[in-house]
Amino acid sequence: MSVGGGVVQYPDGGGAGHGGTGGGHGDVHGSGAVHFTLRGYVTGFLGAVILTAIPFWLVMGRTFGSSGITAAVILAFAAVQIVVHMVYFLHMSPKSEGGWNLLALLFTVMLVVIALSGSLWVMYHLNHNMMPESMQNMPNMP
Amino acid sequence: MAAEAAPRFYLTHEHHPQNGTLFGFWLYLMSDCLVFACLFAVYAVLGRSYAGGPAGAELFELPLVAVNTSLLLLSSITYGFAMLEMQRDRLRTTLFWLAVTGLLGAGFIGIELHEFGNLIHEGAGPQRSAFLSSFFTLVGTHGLHVTFGIVWLVTLMVQSAKHGLIPENRRRLMCLSMFWHFLDVVWVGVFTFVYLMGVLP
Repeated sequence: MSVGGGVVQYPDGGGAGHGGTGGGHGDVHGSGAVHFTLRGYVTGFLGAVILTAIPFWLVMGRTFGSSGITAAVILAFAAVQIVVHMVYFLHMSPKSEGGWNLLALLFTVMLVVIALSGSLWVMYHLNHNMMPESMQNMPNMP
Repeated sequence: MAAEAAPRFYLTHEHHPQNGTLFGFWLYLMSDCLVFACLFAVYAVLGRSYAGGPAGAELFELPLVAVNTSLLLLSSITYGFAMLEMQRDRLRTTLFWLAVTGLLGAGFIGIELHEFGNLIHEGAGPQRSAFLSSFFTLVGTHGLHVTFGIVWLVTLMVQSAKHGLIPENRRRLMCLSMFWHFLDVVWVGVFTFVYLMGVLP
């Protein structure tokens, strides 16, 4: 994912700050190397507002007849909005912390997907198979 | 000469991560993300088990949720303004934007408590059904995070007012910034998955 408009800049070139003077060392630890811009925050905010308003409008105005389509569309909007928050508010980029932030995030996303899809899959089949005997055999009954 | 040619099994200068604290805090947020993933999974499994009680469509007031969402989103950008002012070394405006962020967060918590109070008053408390138990757990955990975020915010405002924007306070404000924006990300999941999808017929 690319960071538009130079939201994140690394003044000391990501790791080049080592072995400098003692004062520089303390400063690197204190202030952090990431530089924020007003444009980045405003872009993220406007994006988030639009991506929030549309799902509310879709649901409150009952734009689509089908619940399934509405659910799929608003989930897609949520996914896009999460990416917008990550990039413009949390300053996530492939370069932050030398790539370790993104790696940790991807690992977490993998665990989240396994936890969510696994729970739903297992519990759906559990409900399906644990239905009382009488209900499953209903069509065969005299 | 002979000593230098021999292999060395140690680092000549120690590896030291540039922003150790911020990366560590990011890892904490990722683990917090797993806590919320489990609560979302619980809600996904139990969210339609009404036990003969009220469903989401009868309980949720979307206009109130929209106001709440706006408050949290506004508090995200006001925190961003505080960080921009911090970068410019302006203590007073930093504190001003932090105070605005805190007030917006408090407004969010106030509306959420009002909503919870209404639900419990209508007899739709956490004991009513599996749906309501999982709803209160998920939304309540998020609200608790925001509450602790406000406590942290006030603490840092006092610290910054007392000691100024010293490197330690800047680092702490950066961590809280990540925490605050992360809670907004979780809220995106909550309003979409719980509220908006909950009222769909």
